[in-house]
Amino acid sequence: MIYLDNSAATIPDEEVLKTFTKASSAYFGNPSSLHKLGGEASALLEKAREKAAELLEAEQHQVLFTSGATESNNLAVQGTAYARQNRGKHVVVSSLEHPSILEAVAYLEREGWDVTRVSPQMNGDVTAQSVKRALREDTVLVCMMHVNNETGAILPAEEVGLMLKRYPRIHYHVDAVQAVGKIPVSFRTIGADSLSISAHKIHGLKGTGLLVYRDTRNLTPLFFGGAQESGIRAGTENPAGAAAAVKALRLAVSNRPEHAAHMRDLNVQLETFFKERKEVVINSPAQRAPHIINVSCPGRKAETVVHALEQREIYISTTSACSSRVSNESSVLKEMGADQSVAESAVRISLSGRTTAEEIGSFMKAWEQTVPEVTLAKGAK
Amino acid sequence: MKHDAILIRYAELAIKGRNRKKFERRLEKNIQQLLKRRFPAARTSRTFGRLFAETNGEDSKEVLEALRHVFGISSVSPVVRTVNREADIKEGAAAVISDALAQGKRSFKVSCRRIDKTFPTGSQDMNQLIGAHLLGQFPELTVDVHHPDVELTVEIRQEGTAITGEKLKGAGGLPTGTGGRAMLLLSGGIDSPVAGFEAMKRGVTLEAVHFHSPPYTSVQAKQKVEDLAAVLSAFGGAVKLHVVPFTEAQLAVHQQVPDNVEITVMRRFMLRIAEQLAEKDGLKALISGESLGQVASQTLESMYAINQVTTMPVLRPLITQDKLDVIEKSQRIGTYDISIRPFEDCCTIFLPSDPKTKPNAEKVAYYESFLAIDDIVNDAVKRTEVRIIDGRTQQDEELEDLL
Repeated sequence: MIYLDNSAATIPDEEVLKTFTKASSAYFGNPSSLHKLGGEASALLEKAREKAAELLEAEQHQVLFTSGATESNNLAVQGTAYARQNRGKHVVVSSLEHPSILEAVAYLEREGWDVTRVSPQMNGDVTAQSVKRALREDTVLVCMMHVNNETGAILPAEEVGLMLKRYPRIHYHVDAVQAVGKIPVSFRTIGADSLSISAHKIHGLKGTGLLVYRDTRNLTPLFFGGAQESGIRAGTENPAGAAAAVKALRLAVSNRPEHAAHMRDLNVQLETFFKERKEVVINSPAQRAPHIINVSCPGRKAETVVHALEQREIYISTTSACSSRVSNESSVLKEMGADQSVAESAVRISLSGRTTAEEIGSFMKAWEQTVPEVTLAKGAK
Repeated sequence: MKHDAILIRYAELAIKGRNRKKFERRLEKNIQQLLKRRFPAARTSRTFGRLFAETNGEDSKEVLEALRHVFGISSVSPVVRTVNREADIKEGAAAVISDALAQGKRSFKVSCRRIDKTFPTGSQDMNQLIGAHLLGQFPELTVDVHHPDVELTVEIRQEGTAITGEKLKGAGGLPTGTGGRAMLLLSGGIDSPVAGFEAMKRGVTLEAVHFHSPPYTSVQAKQKVEDLAAVLSAFGGAVKLHVVPFTEAQLAVHQQVPDNVEITVMRRFMLRIAEQLAEKDGLKALISGESLGQVASQTLESMYAINQVTTMPVLRPLITQDKLDVIEKSQRIGTYDISIRPFEDCCTIFLPSDPKTKPNAEKVAYYESFLAIDDIVNDAVKRTEVRIIDGRTQQDEELEDLL
């Protein structure tokens, strides 16, 4: 098996699994319980929080554990918008965001908010300038992803953060899901007011993630109930999940220099390979994260390409997992100005630090042997 | 030219007569231990008759910051050293001043000391020469001999010249390990850790005693005390923590003596037990976080009644401190967040609504006389558990292994 869909999910690290199973049985108590078992579970949860804060250069009380990035993004978008609705009801997002941001702001729009979607120019960039032009008197929230999940494009999250320093009333949310472990991520230097991270994208477990939020006193919860997570997220905490997520984060941060360089090498090999293939158009910009390369084979259906490679136990994906079941064209590529034929034939190859050069070699060989054989779709020439 | 060394001053030690050598050696050893742990390349050195930390490539700002927390150091200065030649001295002075300008400082004066009288130029002349050189080189610089932003000190000694431009206050106090050993009564509240810190500042090596009354006090209360001891250990080395099982003593007192003097009698038992534990380890004093008049047991009358059971000196570093000042200090040393965790300690359980603020010592002794005092004390001492707390607690280590 050659697994090249690491932007959708990664193989959990053995160490992470060990932490999870050990913590699950040794710290099974409810962190809110008064007795010793509760106290120990609570101590584990807080230690995990402290460690996460240290790794992301944030304060301990700013770290909230969630069920993953979709929840983190929804909490940041909805919770911020509702908490600030008396100050203004205008939200600015980049049009390249993940569905968990785009759909959350679409919901706000239905509820009476104004939303401006900043669209990239042809090279796939959303600039700090274009975000600045979209700001209004009543803007309360700006969302920007750090690395695009489909193309790997690095967005100017830090520049936007710097620009927004002069607008202290605007909350700035950064979706860092695809950035952690691939490029340096620091809550402090990015200048964000909140940041979301998912564990299963960095060899952690599904159902765990976190949201770093500057001032949780200014955040409306999505879930109501007990006073867990500073009253922001009711529901019994998941100490083992939190510990496993932080373990994954620690490994991702400490392995980043080495793994990123390795993935960069493989990524360049793939780029060189695809450049010579005449059936292929490369969609990823040069300025991209080391783990993703997105290409199209105009005239061939992306789905068929994925399945053709799958027969050889090679796993890549069409668009992002969260979009791939509803539509066969990439909305990100359309936003970037790609043709219909390019947008509907895009496939994403995403690497991890463990992907080997041999695997990439086998992948390229398999591509040469199968993809040109895939029959052109009807109407294509 | 870079700041490659830090000048370490210890003003107070200078007045310690014959003990001075011993104190200096201890301070140097404490500094060496710190450097070894955090800045492996850095070393101490003695040149110019002064103590220096040679940074040897370690980040001099961080070394400076770390040294400022070492007890016994009164101030530190980054220093530039040159050979005794006018051109070199001028160049060194310019390096120091350009740093100061970068920090937004504008006015300066030069204070030159010529200890090496073979140096051809007198100190007054050197002041002028250096001043003129700097004014020529940095147009934004002005002279202010009364309130300068930067006092540039230039010391010309046989071995070379040392130039400094700033002087940062150190932690003061005396080097850890020069003040003997004492037993801190550590409750888990805000005051006692600060009292421990103050004693450490005067060179005392700490042991600590905590009274634990399960099931009336929880494991979390005990954990809290371990965490506090861990914070304190960062200032002055490992803390030996004695955890006394206190339930039996407390229940015996509760049943025997009237409610309103119960706290007085309980404190007397604590002192007796602490004294025995201290004596066993050869400690010479007890330390408590009491502050005059703060609660019923801390009035002069109460302290008089409580103190009668021991002949060992009881040090009370916070005795005249205001609560708000103590809170501020606890925030600064990092014990406050731990102290305010909401778990009851043994002083707050069985608390009557009307404790006596002026207990009568004789009456207290009379009520107490119905108890088997020695048996209760000996039993508690015998069952006391000891743990060495150094930086991280055992729980910390277990959790960090998981993460």
